[in-house]
Amino acid sequence: MKLDERSRQLREQMIRVMEKGKRGHLPSAFSMTEILRILYDEVLRYNPADPLWKERDRFILSKGHGCIALYVLLAEKSFFPQEELWKFCKPDGLLGGHPERHIPGVEWGTGSLGHGLPVGVGFALNAKYEKANHRVFVLVGDGESNEGSVWEAALSASKHKLDNLVVIVDYNKQMTYGTTFEVQDLEPLAEKWKSFGFGVREVDGHDLHGLRSVFSQVPFAPGKPNVIICHTVKGKGVKFIERNFSWHHKSSVGEEEMKLLYEGVKNNA
Amino acid sequence: MRKVVMDMVYELAKKDPRIFFIGSDLGTEVLKNFKQEMPARFLMEGISEQHLIGMAAGLAAEGKIVYLNTIATFLTRRCFEQIVLDLCLHKTNVRLISSGGGIVYAPLGPTHLAIDDIAILRAVPNMTILAPADAEEMRRLMPATVDYLGPIYIRLGKGGDPIVAPNLPFEIGKGYVVREGSDALIVTTGVTLKTALDAADVLNQEGITVSILHLPTIKPLDTKTILEQAVKVPTIVVVEEHTILGGLGSAVAEVLMEAGFTDSKKFKRIGIPDVFPEGYGSQASMMEKYGITAKNIAETVKKLRE
Repeated sequence: MKLDERSRQLREQMIRVMEKGKRGHLPSAFSMTEILRILYDEVLRYNPADPLWKERDRFILSKGHGCIALYVLLAEKSFFPQEELWKFCKPDGLLGGHPERHIPGVEWGTGSLGHGLPVGVGFALNAKYEKANHRVFVLVGDGESNEGSVWEAALSASKHKLDNLVVIVDYNKQMTYGTTFEVQDLEPLAEKWKSFGFGVREVDGHDLHGLRSVFSQVPFAPGKPNVIICHTVKGKGVKFIERNFSWHHKSSVGEEEMKLLYEGVKNNA
Repeated sequence: MRKVVMDMVYELAKKDPRIFFIGSDLGTEVLKNFKQEMPARFLMEGISEQHLIGMAAGLAAEGKIVYLNTIATFLTRRCFEQIVLDLCLHKTNVRLISSGGGIVYAPLGPTHLAIDDIAILRAVPNMTILAPADAEEMRRLMPATVDYLGPIYIRLGKGGDPIVAPNLPFEIGKGYVVREGSDALIVTTGVTLKTALDAADVLNQEGITVSILHLPTIKPLDTKTILEQAVKVPTIVVVEEHTILGGLGSAVAEVLMEAGFTDSKKFKRIGIPDVFPEGYGSQASMMEKYGITAKNIAETVKKLRE
């Protein structure tokens, strides 16, 4: 599947962020670009002029290392000036290698895995208690799903019938060392979430129509928390980094490689 | 102390709709009244400390004040990273009520001995650590925890501890001079205030008068009062129901060293040495075994004066 112009542009911005900051988890960001794009373009309720607006939907990027994608979207939506993107990981910059709560639009500081979902359960429980109708979205990684706290929180979400909670799994099946199948197999993943009491949907995480459709179906079952398992490709959009294990995190990228990244995205038309 | 802290959680919650209670898998009678009268704010969430802390942080970030109770070791060690990141980094209003601080659970063995809780939490920015001496002090302390900003750790004693703390308004961050003397200063926290008072009585009979500084707040430390008291005496002993590494003794030593008292003062920490305590018995017998006793404090003071 080829990328449309917006998906290519978002990725070009992310490459630019990496070029300026000289580091970043680019493939993790590419893996969830379409998910975040649909969320911020069409699904989430928010107000950049009032980031803590009470009625906003809460979005937690629990796999915080993919934050370049989030930063690009938040800047585009005017949560903070675009110039901040070019100070990524700089001493005087707003944006670091993992998201923090002082950044407008960032709901929770993450970076250590397995923290987002318990906090999201707290948010969703509070919304139920307050009879508020905002929703809580938590994006977790597949590697992150090795953490026991993810499943502790899943038990709790189900107990409290948090149908206002949407867990999104970025299932690119690739961890740092190897595939999820080699390192710690999650299969049968949909069955696992189902057995934890969740309404489950699976979708191609790069298919805009599929994502749109699945988000519009939330809640999948009344009284059940929701999970959307997004089948994705780590590094999606640039052929030579797709499923390339040497590209999980880069802290030095040469000029030649940067050129190849830009070209890679352009060629994906 | 445990009964009082729970009674206080109930009383405070009745007055303040922001207050939630979270337990892990506590006794079936715990806060029955809270559950009956305010069921939506009473959560018994299972043996999942990492999740409990995260969930509490989420609720607190939405404006709630969350009191969370389980056994001290599980509440600190198991979910330490959640405490660091979700409570302290995010400065959330969660109050950790730790049952069995120190060696209260002596008969249950090393998994239940919270001898390092103060040390590990003291290292984390934004954490506040409280260890009252008795149930009445707990009663005075709890209202101060409602509107306080940021996470708080509240260390519980065994229960039935003698009432010894001075009946003064409780202020977080404040030390209390319980006795004044000129020969030595005993600094303490939590239930060992009683041990320190007994030691002072023993010493008094021998004509040695000591000051006692009770620090129910270990962090932020009342360094001003520590220095005011320390300057008056040649000998300082710190007593705590905790490992001597990183707890109150270490904290006081840091203050004294940096104030330049190195040469002029004799100083000693009394607490659990750097070992996993062996054997079982009772809190009292284990205190005896490791010298957290009035007798040993008195002897230590005398030795330092030689």
